[in-house]
Amino acid sequence: MSNHESETTTHVSFREEKGKYKGIFAWIFSTDHKRIGLLYLYAIVTFFLVGVSLGAAMKLELIAPGKTIMNPEAYNAIFTLHGVIMIFLVVVPGLPAVFGNFFLPIMIGAKDVAFPKLNLMSWWVYIAGAIIALSALFMGGGPPDTGWTFYAPYSFKTNTNMLPAVIGAFVLGFSSILTGINFIVTIHRMRAPGMTWFRLPLFPWTLYGTAWIQILATPIVGITLLMIVGERLFHIGFFDPALGGDPILYQHLFWIYSHPAVYIMILPAMGAISEIIPTFANKSIFGYKAIVISTLAIAFVGYFVWGHHMFTSGMSGTALYTFSFLTFLVAIPSAIKVFNWVGTLHKASIQLEPPFFWAASFLFVFMIGGLSGLALGALATNVHLHDTAFVVAHFHFIVFGGVGFAFMGAIHYWFPKIWGRMYNTRVATTGWILFFIGFTTLYLPMFFLGIDGMPRRYYDYVDRFHGPNIISTVGSWVLITGLIIILVNLIKGAKSGPKAGKNPWGGRTLEWEVDSPPTLENFEEIPVIERSPYDYR
Amino acid sequence: MENHNESHIVPFKTYGIILAVLIVLTLLSVAVTQIDLASLTVFTAILIAAVKSGFVLVYFMHLKFDNKLLKALVGAVFILIALVMFVTFLDYNYR
Repeated sequence: MSNHESETTTHVSFREEKGKYKGIFAWIFSTDHKRIGLLYLYAIVTFFLVGVSLGAAMKLELIAPGKTIMNPEAYNAIFTLHGVIMIFLVVVPGLPAVFGNFFLPIMIGAKDVAFPKLNLMSWWVYIAGAIIALSALFMGGGPPDTGWTFYAPYSFKTNTNMLPAVIGAFVLGFSSILTGINFIVTIHRMRAPGMTWFRLPLFPWTLYGTAWIQILATPIVGITLLMIVGERLFHIGFFDPALGGDPILYQHLFWIYSHPAVYIMILPAMGAISEIIPTFANKSIFGYKAIVISTLAIAFVGYFVWGHHMFTSGMSGTALYTFSFLTFLVAIPSAIKVFNWVGTLHKASIQLEPPFFWAASFLFVFMIGGLSGLALGALATNVHLHDTAFVVAHFHFIVFGGVGFAFMGAIHYWFPKIWGRMYNTRVATTGWILFFIGFTTLYLPMFFLGIDGMPRRYYDYVDRFHGPNIISTVGSWVLITGLIIILVNLIKGAKSGPKAGKNPWGGRTLEWEVDSPPTLENFEEIPVIERSPYDYR
Repeated sequence: MENHNESHIVPFKTYGIILAVLIVLTLLSVAVTQIDLASLTVFTAILIAAVKSGFVLVYFMHLKFDNKLLKALVGAVFILIALVMFVTFLDYNYR
């Protein structure tokens, strides 16, 4: 932030600003939060496309019983890579890294995050972690085949390349922690004058809740992954029963992080939806404080529900009942949010634009994902559904349906602010329709397959599962068609779309008061906040 | 948003005492393994470690001189971790 030329060129956007470096170096060495947000965006979208390709390959394999396009070993490796890439490289950094970095400082009236250099370092650590994790592909031994959960004892017994994947995930955790620290300090220390805690927009609120989870939960998985390294290299005996270890301890440690990690993924998604809905409803958000409190409640209670991933592992009965009860408890704040979003839409004058379509369909798929989660949170039904296709369907409805749809909504919502141009809304709507139809066609049959007993992570199945698997695979093709239309439309819009004004949607939060795209330091003068962020009517 | 830029000079002797306390607690955590505490073994080890990290936070990391909000936040983190351990041991103690 050392370029004082900005005093004379206040309307030069952050993209055109001349800094110390040129070309690609002006991006990869930039400490500007907006450039860093876009660096994350480009990296995440690239990894997402790799993950989608792997997912499509799995669906193609499952179009018919028996071997279709790959052998069982390749299938095991592909579902592991799909999981590792999608979880650790796409959805965990996801909305906070992209839209959090880009919009948090602007939405709270600041010029940048609290520690810009640390922010750049987070991105570099993320890239380093990604390279280490993906190097597992190119070494002797082949890619890991444990699934993204790296469950012991298999993870320290398999001959595949476990170490790069595990160490990569460990390094990626540091990126997450650094971003979390940066966001907490930024929100505590850098809010504009007059921006009290209850004038903070809801997206920053969810980033705040998320940041706490990032810094408190991530070290636990980091240590756990190092324990796997110790187990593989030095045979210490943390998890190996032959050495006096306990494999269930691994599951506890892994899920103590990885369940809150679901909230790292979904909370900012809920934040983005809480921004989109009032803007397109042209109406104040219903129950602002209830949404804030439910955000913090999800972040807190979400720490204590990890055991519902382990109902068939052999845990004590006391733990089973406790985790089941707590799982039902965490559904309450999520439901409060849904009621508030629906309440906001009640008697609203709704603008039917692409970001709203994504937000509305988010509500639909998130409800299906959430309610199917209750079937998994109940002890009796969990035993039947555990490790079946039902779990895969539930998880994708929450994470792909929840986080993915919110990400798509967010990019269509903030697109004119980021690029200063507008995409073709008709094409965007067509892309959304195809994506939505493809998504439901792909995942809904998996609920029925799971109830009927089809296990997850199998490359083959018995004949009676054939029909729904064909439907599901066709759904993946429709989804990918929609995705291609969406991406081409956005890329075209960013390059040559019509210029967008400061506030094309009529939003009320601070980002809609700055230039599109914003200038290097966002504001000519730090604003003084004298109103709620959602004072529509 | 007031700034707390005042520096606090902690006497060298205080740091020496804390270091000695930490060493004693480390020796205690080793010594206590000689006693069979059954299901309280892990709890005792974690309790001693928590007390040690408390000393480090309060004196070496100057939490003692920080504002109430920071103290409350760090306190909340300790409670959270204690609850996580409590819930974990609902499995181990009743298996």
